[in-house]
Amino acid sequence: MKNSILRTENLKAFYVLDMQGTQKVVKAVNEVDLEIHEDEVYGIAGESGCGKTTLLKALYGAIEPPLRWMGGSVLYHMNNLAVDITSLDAEEKRKLRMEYISYVPQGSMSVLNPVLKLNETYQDFIGSHVSGRTRQEAFELARKHIVELGLPRNILDAYPHQLSGGMRQRVTIALAALLKPRIIIADEPTTALDVVVQRGVIQLLMDIQQKLKNTIVLVTHDMGVHANIADRIGIMYAGKMVEEAPTEKIFEDPIHPYTRFLIDSLPRFGDKSTRSSAPGSPPSLADLPAGCPFHPRCPFAREICTQEMPALVSLSSDHKVACWLVGEN
Amino acid sequence: MKTIRDLFRDYRFLFSFIVLVIILIMAILSAFSPYDPTLWNVVPKELKPSAKYLLGTDSNGQDVFWQATFAVRNSLIISLIAGLVSRVIAILVAMVAGYRGGTIDRVLMFIGDSLLVIPLFLIIVMVAMMLRKFMNLVVLGLLLSFFGWAWDARTIRSVILSLREREFTKTAVLSGTGTIKLVLKEYMPFAMPLIFSTLINNIAWAIGLEITLAFLGLVNLNIPTLGTMLNWAIYYQSILLGRWWWVLTPVVLSLFLFIALYWLSVSISEYLDPRTRIQRVGAA
Amino acid sequence: MAFVKRYLIPRLIQYVLVVWLGITVVFFIPRVTPNDPVMAMVGILRARGATLEPGAMDGIIRDLTEMYGLEGSWSDQYWAFWGRLFHGDFGVSFYQYPAHVNQLISTAMPWTLGLLLTTTAISWIVGNIIGGLAGYYSRKGWSRTLDAIGMVIRPLPYYIFAFALLLLFASTLVFRWFPVTGGTSLGARPTFTWVYIKDVLWHSALPALSLTILGGAVNFQTMKLIVQNVNAENFVQYAKLGGVTEDRIVNKYIIRNALLPQITGLALSLGQIFSGALITEIVFSYPGMGMLLYNSILRGDYNLIMGIVIFSIVGITTAILIVDLTYPLFDPRVRYK
Repeated sequence: MKNSILRTENLKAFYVLDMQGTQKVVKAVNEVDLEIHEDEVYGIAGESGCGKTTLLKALYGAIEPPLRWMGGSVLYHMNNLAVDITSLDAEEKRKLRMEYISYVPQGSMSVLNPVLKLNETYQDFIGSHVSGRTRQEAFELARKHIVELGLPRNILDAYPHQLSGGMRQRVTIALAALLKPRIIIADEPTTALDVVVQRGVIQLLMDIQQKLKNTIVLVTHDMGVHANIADRIGIMYAGKMVEEAPTEKIFEDPIHPYTRFLIDSLPRFGDKSTRSSAPGSPPSLADLPAGCPFHPRCPFAREICTQEMPALVSLSSDHKVACWLVGEN
Repeated sequence: MKTIRDLFRDYRFLFSFIVLVIILIMAILSAFSPYDPTLWNVVPKELKPSAKYLLGTDSNGQDVFWQATFAVRNSLIISLIAGLVSRVIAILVAMVAGYRGGTIDRVLMFIGDSLLVIPLFLIIVMVAMMLRKFMNLVVLGLLLSFFGWAWDARTIRSVILSLREREFTKTAVLSGTGTIKLVLKEYMPFAMPLIFSTLINNIAWAIGLEITLAFLGLVNLNIPTLGTMLNWAIYYQSILLGRWWWVLTPVVLSLFLFIALYWLSVSISEYLDPRTRIQRVGAA
Repeated sequence: MAFVKRYLIPRLIQYVLVVWLGITVVFFIPRVTPNDPVMAMVGILRARGATLEPGAMDGIIRDLTEMYGLEGSWSDQYWAFWGRLFHGDFGVSFYQYPAHVNQLISTAMPWTLGLLLTTTAISWIVGNIIGGLAGYYSRKGWSRTLDAIGMVIRPLPYYIFAFALLLLFASTLVFRWFPVTGGTSLGARPTFTWVYIKDVLWHSALPALSLTILGGAVNFQTMKLIVQNVNAENFVQYAKLGGVTEDRIVNKYIIRNALLPQITGLALSLGQIFSGALITEIVFSYPGMGMLLYNSILRGDYNLIMGIVIFSIVGITTAILIVDLTYPLFDPRVRYK
């Protein structure tokens, strides 16, 4: 049983929008309990708009208006201490970045400063965390690191616009891993890339994880990517975690009705039957139904599902589900 | 309409709306003026403001208040002609350039860009000098419209360029819609908000230019406009002689007019621009 | 090399074409409009009460026609026109006969140039700095207050603002701190003494103030907007997420990127700034190109007007070209493919 390195307890993070006099509350992360271990790749899957990106932001401590922390905690287990980052101030959080925890944002293609050469950008990121002689050493190591990861040697002398989207993505990922953080969070790293480049990105992530033996939290709606690289997967729906299990179990034995629909809709080799998907569409996070958020679309919905939200309970040592059907078995 | 109500939350829109309504009322009042604005010596000269002569009288023997109503009316007419005609030119140019593309596009944009960078003011001054004898409201309006289309043409053109690539264009073309009908019916709704906001800017520009030209004596000084009022006031040394009511009237009126028009265009374009909309949301 | 081919050459060609187009338009305007400058001048002469013998009228018309370059067919005139231009000959001024137009322009130009360069530089730099800070701290009170002030100042046309300053500070109405007219006190002779320079500065104060405040307000507002937008850009968010220190973010990520559209904006607005400067000069009777233009209009001095306009077109277009050519220094996307 691995140690946990990142945990959330009853985490709540909402967007509070003030539009022309009326207020709208978007419950993007709605009482989420997570436990992520050292030396693993944890995948988070779910449809667009289910709150995955917000969850990542909350895990990273990047909560800025209109996003607000509404309750619960996010704990980093550092040096045998559990630190609740919701209680840290901005400068303390800043210090943790890059060295303890790194973030690879969505749309990495456009996250590099267009007027700086890549090595200048790298120096900015390194120099903001490391000083003195170690800074110089860190910068030398960066070049070596780039080569080790299979990227061309002189890529750092280029400007961002001179590189392809896939290249920029890989450069960004390499940057995230530069100071050997214990946790790397990646938001949709393979979206908007063609399949061949996707392979390269996934390979890069895997190589980094092998070398550093750290934790990678990976968010994507692409189940194929999860199948390739994730050790465990958490399924998110409408701001809640509805199922969590090792990858094989999710694919071979999904329990939660939503997960079942998700897996059933994936194409398989040789199987030419029509694929089905869940009827209806996900609810608006600003206007959630009472009880379990999935009940309007669930073929097995019962009375209690429309009234109370099920908690995430352990079905076995590594399989958790949030569904009233399960509690009774 | 919800849009109007939302707009009124912006203090700038509110202010400009009120000011413009007042100005319009003044312009309409001119039809009820008891004095003929083009005559001289209809009232005693150079009197301070009083109950009888609301804003006093000027050195030409005219009531300043009623002169002002005509001035406002005429300035508005000139700038409306300038604004509307130049919108039409801009739309035509943008349609042809944007939809046809190629050489004609390059030539038109080149002419437009040149108009944007060279000091237009000087060219207009030259033309105004030449047209001195024929100067009246309409001629002045047309003259200004001739030079005011360049910026808008570029904006509309880029809207058309982006729309040209969209699905519904191909559908329309394949179903046999003629080019002109296509552009007018399908594209214009997208461009309308932009056109409206540039119209307002153009009107402000036209009023400004009219005042400048009048200041330089290049218009028909017998027609009361904001510019000619100012010109006459200065001609008769009203600053030196302390006749503030005559010189301040056109100055204050045009001040309010410029601020109101600018605030109107800014509040509307900020309302329409998705980026600033997002910034307004959840800022607390 | 590719940069030269792709950016420099087209830009230069465009420059030449715009100058040519502008000058050609200036050439054609008097010849196409229904006003005949020669007859207009004759009219002015007559109105001044000059009595002429019958034969002298023809002589005058002939001389005027020659002076205005109006003899021969249009193509003859056009070639002759360009010929004279290349010799720097703008002809002879009428109202200051026999002074050459060149002389008059070269006397007036330093005044305008001095005013323009200093005010544009100051308003651009200061406006951008304050606007940048206001954009970064856009939620703070002082930023909003400055914005509101900018909202009121920006739409004011140059002469209204200049006029307002004149009324406030130079006339008997309110304060009488500055002189009402001129570039120097009457009768002062240009020398490099402190007394003279102080005199010039005192007289230039109001026009300079007028231009700087207006230009500064525009730069302030545009820079504030740009910085607010850049602040929301992906790469700035990413730098913040990566824990890059604030001073680095403000300098290298926000300001450097915000300056790019401002440089372009400067190039585009040079024409307007120039016109504004001329008008401001007229309001303050400042002895620059503005007053020259004003007097030439008043006297119907056709050659002088042509000269001023052509000179301005060439001057402004060249200035824009120079600003445009500095842009690649700041934006590597244009420098390299």
